[in-house]
Amino acid sequence: MKKLFRRFFLVDFLEGLWVTFRNQHPKYIYTEQYPAERPQIAERYRGAPRLNINPENNETLCISCNLCAIACPENLIVVGWDRNPVTKRKDLTTFIYDTSRCMFCGLCEDACPVDALELTQDFEMASYTREGQIWDRRMLEEGPYPVKYKS
Amino acid sequence: MSAVETFLDSNELVLNMGPQHPSTHGVLRIILKLDGEKVNGTECVIGYLHRGVEKIAEARTYQMFAPYVDRMDYISAVSNGLGYCLAVEKLGGIEAPPRAQAVRVILTELNRIASHLFWLGTHALDIGAITPLFYTLREREEVLKIFENYCGARLTTHAFRIGGLQYELYEGFEEQVRKFCDDLPGKIDEYEELLTGNRIWVERLTGVGILNAEDCKRYGVSGPMIRAAGVPADLRKLQPYCGYEQYDFDVPTRVNGDCFDRYVVRMAEMRQSVRIIQQAAANVPTGPVMAKVPKVFKPAIGEAYVSIEAPKGELGYFIVSDGTLNPYRLRVRPPSLVNLQSLDAMCKGTLVADVVAIIGTIDIVLGEVDR
Repeated sequence: MKKLFRRFFLVDFLEGLWVTFRNQHPKYIYTEQYPAERPQIAERYRGAPRLNINPENNETLCISCNLCAIACPENLIVVGWDRNPVTKRKDLTTFIYDTSRCMFCGLCEDACPVDALELTQDFEMASYTREGQIWDRRMLEEGPYPVKYKS
Repeated sequence: MSAVETFLDSNELVLNMGPQHPSTHGVLRIILKLDGEKVNGTECVIGYLHRGVEKIAEARTYQMFAPYVDRMDYISAVSNGLGYCLAVEKLGGIEAPPRAQAVRVILTELNRIASHLFWLGTHALDIGAITPLFYTLREREEVLKIFENYCGARLTTHAFRIGGLQYELYEGFEEQVRKFCDDLPGKIDEYEELLTGNRIWVERLTGVGILNAEDCKRYGVSGPMIRAAGVPADLRKLQPYCGYEQYDFDVPTRVNGDCFDRYVVRMAEMRQSVRIIQQAAANVPTGPVMAKVPKVFKPAIGEAYVSIEAPKGELGYFIVSDGTLNPYRLRVRPPSLVNLQSLDAMCKGTLVADVVAIIGTIDIVLGEVDR
């Protein structure tokens, strides 16, 4: 009798719908409206690389120690330097970071003794070409610059 | 195979399932030998996702290889990392500090929950219940947020380093974990309401893909599959690692070893994981998170095998060192690959539609099968 009642009044069906309805509460909504709304990125997020510069004198913090290049599992960092004859220090000339091969493991960041190389919270690194994925020193310091097309 | 009785019986249909089939959870190709709807035999063709991880290890230093293991079982990257780190630590005679061990337990158990949630969603989707997928992925998002806050990546985490942890716990970690642990049992109740009490679900899975305890041992099957057959084999209990002996938890088992039992075991395991996390998070010891590991890490000549209880089963790493910077040989014993071997035994005599359910309950990740 009870079974018939449940079947006649679609009780099971309504119970299922109630579960679905309950889950429509706004606190259960996790969808990110990405282009319209920026997602919340964690502080430690390992995203686009950045080569930090000293804000006071606009000089790079990098001391050209090459440790990041040694630590990288994919060997995608190339550091170039000149020996400064006056100060006897290494001066950074080139810094190439191939983001197309990077797996964002963070080992380069850990290896850096002066916190010059950093993986930032920026995650928008798409480019139209493969060459655009290879970041040079200027891109690493200033962020990726958009390709300028002829009008 | 039975003798040919009628004209129709003689026609054995060979059907390729995959590698693009969505229910094979990746790029698994199964050659089905069909007699009408009945499956006479299966043959797995694997290797579509082969990346040669074991070979890559031979050209990398020990620290450098750690992010690669995350890419094997990408659903439970933290467990993979734990197994690798424990193996290298055993090889080098290092022990992680107690604080690091507690955090490792919390994160791996969170990862086990995430893996089982993802399994539940996709498996239910295979069977035809679409709603649990949305709910389970919603809960998994919470776990991924904890991972993102802790180590900066959501999927391929690279959370652990050899000798401990790279990152200290972030502010609010404990609250976030506690809130997740408090909420999850209620959510699991909701899934059980949707599935365990669902007649379609129960009848679809009961008695399908039976693998008894004897066969499980013969095939070397591990994890929830062998526990569903009634063998309480859990490496966290049998050979505790990483301080699991301090925590009080049960090993859920069932008797029949069919698809429904595997489902029930995984649901119960999630509840046990919550228990472990609550105990571990209640008293995380203070102290350093990283043991003393030399920057140029050269273990002595020797070999080490460490196996841990990954969400899918026994995950083992065998490392041979020849005293240089790189491992001489690294061998992974992936649970998914070994569990997949039992597919043929389970599928014989069942119907085609059940093959999907059986593959689902093995819980394979093709990144780990092919490596």
